[in-house]
Amino acid sequence: MRILLSFGLTGLVAAPALAGDMEISIEIPKLDVAEYHKPYLAVWLEGPDQKVAANLVVWYDVANPKQEGDKWLKDLRQWWRRAGRSLKVPADGLTSATRAPGGHAVSIAADSAPLKDLAPGTYDLVVEAAREVGGREVLRIPIAWPLAEGTALNAKGEHELGAVAVKVKP
Amino acid sequence: MKPILRIASVLALFFAAPFAAEAHKAWLLPSSTVLSGKDDLAVTIDAAASNDLFYFDHRPLQLDSLVVTAPDGAKVAAENASTGKYRSTFDVPLKAPGTYRVALVMENLLARYKEDGKEKRWRGKAENLAREIPAAATDLVVTQSSRRIETYVTAGNPDDAALKPAGTGLEIAPVTHPNDLVEKSEAQFKLLLDGKPASGVKVEIVRGGIRYRNQLGDTTVTTGDDGVFKYAWPEPGMYWLEASVADDKTTVKEAKERRASYAVTLEVLPE
Repeated sequence: MRILLSFGLTGLVAAPALAGDMEISIEIPKLDVAEYHKPYLAVWLEGPDQKVAANLVVWYDVANPKQEGDKWLKDLRQWWRRAGRSLKVPADGLTSATRAPGGHAVSIAADSAPLKDLAPGTYDLVVEAAREVGGREVLRIPIAWPLAEGTALNAKGEHELGAVAVKVKP
Repeated sequence: MKPILRIASVLALFFAAPFAAEAHKAWLLPSSTVLSGKDDLAVTIDAAASNDLFYFDHRPLQLDSLVVTAPDGAKVAAENASTGKYRSTFDVPLKAPGTYRVALVMENLLARYKEDGKEKRWRGKAENLAREIPAAATDLVVTQSSRRIETYVTAGNPDDAALKPAGTGLEIAPVTHPNDLVEKSEAQFKLLLDGKPASGVKVEIVRGGIRYRNQLGDTTVTTGDDGVFKYAWPEPGMYWLEASVADDKTTVKEAKERRASYAVTLEVLPE
């Protein structure tokens, strides 16, 4: 009874402060290929009109010896078209190096730049991965913002992405 | 189309017009149309005429009428240009971000006349007409030909300064940006003739890769009163679009007829 009551109350209070930090975990699959390159990857929040509401993560070859890592950002085709091409990279807090196969967790504070002004509503969390001499895969997870307590959403890729999960950090 | 019908239509074209609309498709094919990165960006472009897209197995296009427009409207010089047996090739350095327009713009006169009872033909520039047609020529028929064969390339964020219509001949004024094309999405373009909307003109659309399928798979759309035509690309790939118009709006007084044609290569990316 008490729990229901407090939930009802929190529902009435529209305060972004209630949103917990977003934790995204991304599994990069281990692939048995002759020539393996760590994938380029981008994560963003997209509104129903396909407009990018927040850029969250971009992993690319930042430390490319010839500073040419950004030449292949366009291979993240959807991200490039919807957000990447009008962004200046590298961008602090957004871009970093590519990751090796395995599980990776990214924590984004609710009061950080991409999230603090995010209007409440439904969004797609989109994860796009593109691998050199490999394929490309896009996963979408519909989320409601602000994230309700106990949010735990999952998706699983088939080729270039493994398990992707979105959680709220308590 | 059945082979016999095809031959008949080609013959009909040949006899109906002294210089039949170019039977082969003329096209430019860029190495990429969407590029990211900052330094040392460039594209290599093929220019050829052939029956099957985009296979360079017939003849090259000459590059003397090449015009490359940069995002700031300035003209860019092509580099490493060469013409081989079946295609011409050139590089376009993309020094600044934005959209580039790459075009072969050919304004020519075509003439037919009789000399000593023999039928002769001539093709050249307007300024050379008087000089190169013999004084004794009879039955002179002059046609003005205006051709534009083009493609678009964008480095970074697309913009539209280079998309500004040239204002002569047939061309498109994009409504949808030509480097923003995605499969299954409808794109819109406005066809212009001498800078004004060209209505009721048929535009042929063919996807490349003909060699590996049994049906040509071409589509024809017609421009509306406002010159606009729309198309939702069924699959990703390189597409070739062509339109042509014949009228009497010549700018050279000796010419009775003007033929304007337009061809563009557009890349449609997967979703």
